[in-house]
Amino acid sequence: MYDVVIIGAGVAGTSIARELSRYKLKIAVIDKENDVANETTMANSAIIHAGYDAEPYKNKGKFNAKGNAMYTQLTEELDIPFKRVGSLVLAFSEADLATIELLYERGIENGVPDQKILTKEEVLEMEPNINDTIFGALYAPTAGIISSWEVAIACMENAMDNGAELYLNTVVEAISKDGDVFTVKTDQQDFQTKYVVNAAGVFSDKVNNMIAAPTFEIQARKGQYFIMDKDIGNLVNTVLFQCPSDVGKGILVAPTVHGNLLIGPDSVFVDDKEDVSTTAPELAMIREAAALTTSKIDNRKVIRSFSGIRATSTTHDFVLGETPDVKGFFNVGGFESPGLSAAPAVAVFIADEIKERNGGFEPNPTFNPVRRPFIRFEELDFEEKAALVKDNPLYGRVICRCETVTEGEIMDAIHRNVGATTVKSVKKRTRAGMGRCQGGFCEPRVIEILSRELGKSMNQVSYDSPKAYILTGRTKNVEE
Amino acid sequence: MQNYDLIVVGGGPAGLAAAIEAKKNGVDSILIIERDREVGGILQQCIHNGFGLHIFKEQLTGPEYAERFIEEAKSMNINYVVDTMVLDVTPEKVVHVINPKTGYQTFQAKAVIMAMGCRERTRGAINIPGYRPSGVYSAGTAQRYTNMEGFMPGKKVFILGSGDIGLIMARRMVLEGAEVLGVAELMPFSGGLKRNIVQCLDDYNIPLLLSHTIVKIEGKDRLEKVIVAQVDENFRPVPGTEKEYEVDTLLLSVGLIPENELSKKAGIKLNPVTSGPFVNESMETSVEGIFACGNVVHVHDLVDFVTQESRRAGLNAAKYIKNEKATEGKVVEANTGFGITYVVPSKILVDNVKDELVMFMRVNNVYSNMRLEVKSGDTVIKSIKRRHLAPGEMEQVKLKPSDLAKAEGELVFSIVGEDA
Amino acid sequence: MLENKIELVCIACPVGCLMEVEQNGDEFIVTGNACKRGPEYAKAELTHPTRSLCTTVAIKNGFLNRLPVFTEEEIPKGLIFKAMDEINKVVVEAPVKVRQVIIENLLDTGVNVVATRSMDKKHS
Repeated sequence: MYDVVIIGAGVAGTSIARELSRYKLKIAVIDKENDVANETTMANSAIIHAGYDAEPYKNKGKFNAKGNAMYTQLTEELDIPFKRVGSLVLAFSEADLATIELLYERGIENGVPDQKILTKEEVLEMEPNINDTIFGALYAPTAGIISSWEVAIACMENAMDNGAELYLNTVVEAISKDGDVFTVKTDQQDFQTKYVVNAAGVFSDKVNNMIAAPTFEIQARKGQYFIMDKDIGNLVNTVLFQCPSDVGKGILVAPTVHGNLLIGPDSVFVDDKEDVSTTAPELAMIREAAALTTSKIDNRKVIRSFSGIRATSTTHDFVLGETPDVKGFFNVGGFESPGLSAAPAVAVFIADEIKERNGGFEPNPTFNPVRRPFIRFEELDFEEKAALVKDNPLYGRVICRCETVTEGEIMDAIHRNVGATTVKSVKKRTRAGMGRCQGGFCEPRVIEILSRELGKSMNQVSYDSPKAYILTGRTKNVEE
Repeated sequence: MQNYDLIVVGGGPAGLAAAIEAKKNGVDSILIIERDREVGGILQQCIHNGFGLHIFKEQLTGPEYAERFIEEAKSMNINYVVDTMVLDVTPEKVVHVINPKTGYQTFQAKAVIMAMGCRERTRGAINIPGYRPSGVYSAGTAQRYTNMEGFMPGKKVFILGSGDIGLIMARRMVLEGAEVLGVAELMPFSGGLKRNIVQCLDDYNIPLLLSHTIVKIEGKDRLEKVIVAQVDENFRPVPGTEKEYEVDTLLLSVGLIPENELSKKAGIKLNPVTSGPFVNESMETSVEGIFACGNVVHVHDLVDFVTQESRRAGLNAAKYIKNEKATEGKVVEANTGFGITYVVPSKILVDNVKDELVMFMRVNNVYSNMRLEVKSGDTVIKSIKRRHLAPGEMEQVKLKPSDLAKAEGELVFSIVGEDA
Repeated sequence: MLENKIELVCIACPVGCLMEVEQNGDEFIVTGNACKRGPEYAKAELTHPTRSLCTTVAIKNGFLNRLPVFTEEEIPKGLIFKAMDEINKVVVEAPVKVRQVIIENLLDTGVNVVATRSMDKKHS
């Protein structure tokens, strides 16, 4: 019997699991995917917003700045790459200037610290590559860039280090409640639990409706992006938003925490909640719109385009907390932007609600908030590298040459909690294959290492889900 | 810090030939650094034949061509290390490397030869829309799986791009029992050698769709189908011409890019057209004492020419080390005129050209019955008849010291009509 | 029957000359070739086409899983797939020397299949 079953291993579910692992509880996190952080958390802008966007009465307004502030400690404890580079909302007209004034005021109400409205000259000094048609900008120094999937991976790993359990490739089919006990029926096994947290992303409405009255609906809103080569990663220093206007929310241009340049997203409602295809007209539009911010983007430097799905609720806000009709069933629905930014604060909120419903929890006496640091070879200095290779020779073998990822890092990613089992999961944890050659050189080596470490044949190693198989068999029809 | 006279970054055909030539010209202290588990480079996966016609006057496979150089290097006692990554080359020619056995080391060299080769252009670089399933490979990666690892990348294959690797892989996949449904090429002409179209596609009835591209990739997990469409003269897909191919595998053979991350760190100036370093007649880059050769400079279609160019780099690195190179004197720049995409080398210190200098270049389109012309000001220095010119086939022009004597300031390479 | 005049791309080397071939009884008149291999190829291609076959065989305890091999001389084009079937049955044992004979007299063609590289045993 579990205390809490969390459905969904995205940033919402995993940060709640980590928060709950502070208490002496039996926790299970269930996800239908082959890895944590595989859907919405995998493909988004990866920005920790300052918090001036949403109205103060909304959950989005309430939790954003609070969550943002928590990222300093969270990323230190869990060793997650994070840079507080600040953001600018760019005004290209008088009307835009009025809008950023409003955002500034809203930021104050939402508790966003240290905001400033910059003149044209100040903006250009900060960001010399912005088009000089700029009028001014709202500067928020607390905004940051992060790797969103690494947040979820680190939270889940830390939760597991502290006793939580993870069930991947497990699809929830039904939820029932008998007395005080829920049964979460899945295609693998049934889970009995006192409390259920629904953090099922784009499917959170479906999961809610398995047991509670339908109070919200999730619409899938697709956004497409370009990732550019690190060569031009320093084109901009801060996250550059275009001022929202009647025409739309604008396209952002931002450095990524790993040194690339990110451009996107657009916003299109789609019927298929897993439609992560990219489309030529939208990508062309994004390219054009980004040029309004800076005309200096070299479009030949694209290394990948991708698309992600946002879980937009018909209530236009996060759906948070216990459902009125089913006690013990908690929703984290409609967790679109600024969900990632708000996640640590929302996790505390949900954990507190469950704790209150239970009449308190005993603390976990062995809780350790610190995740064993993940050594990133490329970021070390000369002496550290030398010492590391001496200590563990596998850090002396570079597998991914574009991102300088060593065999030592890949081994570490495989053998930790929430260990990597697929090419994509190695990529998410180590960046092997994320560089300019997109795995052309390192994929065979990564498959070889996975096959060796997991005791599988190379053709049993998949890219992502088992259906995403890579090699189809041996050449030659001989026994081996 | 250990010292070497010459460090060669990369143990493929370029690095091997350069090191051998340097040794033959009196440099003893040489180290070749290779990141893979053996030397020989990408040739080890190119098991088809056609290599060596110019250098050995016979048709060898890639591995055998490589082996001849590996054996020669071994017999000359040239040092090489494998499984070793060069992390940095400084303009002062300090080379930082790591290796699981020897750890992190730095070497000081008198001269460095960059011979890192190239990598394949990816799907991202050409922006094919659709899903991102497994089963989409660059042709070279699929070649490695098939020929070296002994695994099949898929069963029903479509190929985008008619570069040589794509054509060679079409045949390879068919021979290993896969079905190849077609090859689409964006341009109205193939980027590969004509013989490869005949012996890799025609022989196996594989259709080549010129002026076609892939407009969508479908399949959420594994590739399920590709949608192919015809393109207009501006390379835009023509609506209504879409055709579906149900395949589990897509191979991309859409070009190669010289791999110059280390060159950038060393402060070497790169030519945006080739993505390789600007080099002079000695294959020396903009940083004194750092030379470059092979596909890291510009992508070649025949390894024989890589060897030729690399020998030049090795010879000149040896001369540099021994202070035998002219450093001053008449300089001529090589520039492109009509129809020429690039010329290598881009700068010629005339006193360093002893018998002849081979200029490598590529044309920007398919031409028939034209002339390759080399002019300096109004003086025509060379004019060579060419029946057929194509971007996929590298051209060369040999210049003698007497030709260079006639040049003043710059040489312009262009294509002119036959009567001009 | 051959048409009187046909175009043929010579595949004897990577240059790939576009040739015109005219048949006059048993004689072939070839133009457009840059070297003497052109007419030889044209005649062979139009009477008994042959190809060299480059592929791999499985290798035990080798540095790699597959050993590259080729037919030392060209074999009849029509035999390519049969030849693949034969070659695929073979498993060799490392070490192997370059040009070592892997299959003698492949399908009675008189042509040997040989290794095109040397391969040591797996280091371990």
